[in-house]
Amino acid sequence: MIVPYGHVLALAGIIFCLGLVCVVARRNLIMVLIGVEIMLNGAAIAFMGSGLLWQRLEGQAFVLFILGIAATEVSVGLALVLHAYRRSGSVDPDTYNVLKG
Amino acid sequence: MNVYALMFYATAVLITAATVLAITRRQAVHSVLFLVISFFGSAMLFYLLGSPFLAALQVIIYAGAIMVLFLFVVMMLKADHEVENKFPQRFWVPGLLVGFLFFAAICVAVFSDPSSPVPLNLTTVTPKEFGRFVFEQYWLSVEIVSLLLLLGLLAAIHLGKERGRGEGGQE
Repeated sequence: MIVPYGHVLALAGIIFCLGLVCVVARRNLIMVLIGVEIMLNGAAIAFMGSGLLWQRLEGQAFVLFILGIAATEVSVGLALVLHAYRRSGSVDPDTYNVLKG
Repeated sequence: MNVYALMFYATAVLITAATVLAITRRQAVHSVLFLVISFFGSAMLFYLLGSPFLAALQVIIYAGAIMVLFLFVVMMLKADHEVENKFPQRFWVPGLLVGFLFFAAICVAVFSDPSSPVPLNLTTVTPKEFGRFVFEQYWLSVEIVSLLLLLGLLAAIHLGKERGRGEGGQE
């Protein structure tokens, strides 16, 4: 017997909100990507707790897929950040105001 | 409260504290290092919630591969000395208000749920059972995720190619 299910979900919610604050409040594309990672991690914790509550393996399978999607997202995202940095010389998303390629 | 509950709360405090430190650092390198601590904490949590295999994957993929990728890019950008523009002052109050409302809504939704006070039972899933389950029930999703990883690799190589100097991909 470990903790009630609600506490695991509350932890996942706290981590998701922290990631959301990081995405919204930081003016640095690297930190925005880090915020997305934190949010995905919170979702993974919620899936683990739910899988344990209903004693089903689906929760853990979805954590595995979240890992794969996070790896893809971060590699493409970082490549995009590098591309934008070479074009504009800055990682501040407010400076990207030219549509011309 | 038994030893497992104590371990859960200690890990939860560790994860939350490391994440708060990570999102408030000025330097991206520091926040990446704090995030490694946070992901190690999540790996401990996954172990506690009954999946040693996913705990190992969390350490290898999240804390290992993804964070090292972040460190490489932070080092390549040479933008650490660049002063980050602060979040505009007039957006702080509505931002925090919306964040707090969102968190309050999550808390209400979680604690009004009838399954919320149900205590979780300890079970451990061996990697063999987990692998059999995934490849028997969700083999199509595994294929789709592998295709997605391949597309991500292609996109990263294409985007990272430096035109003119021809240095190849970053990944």
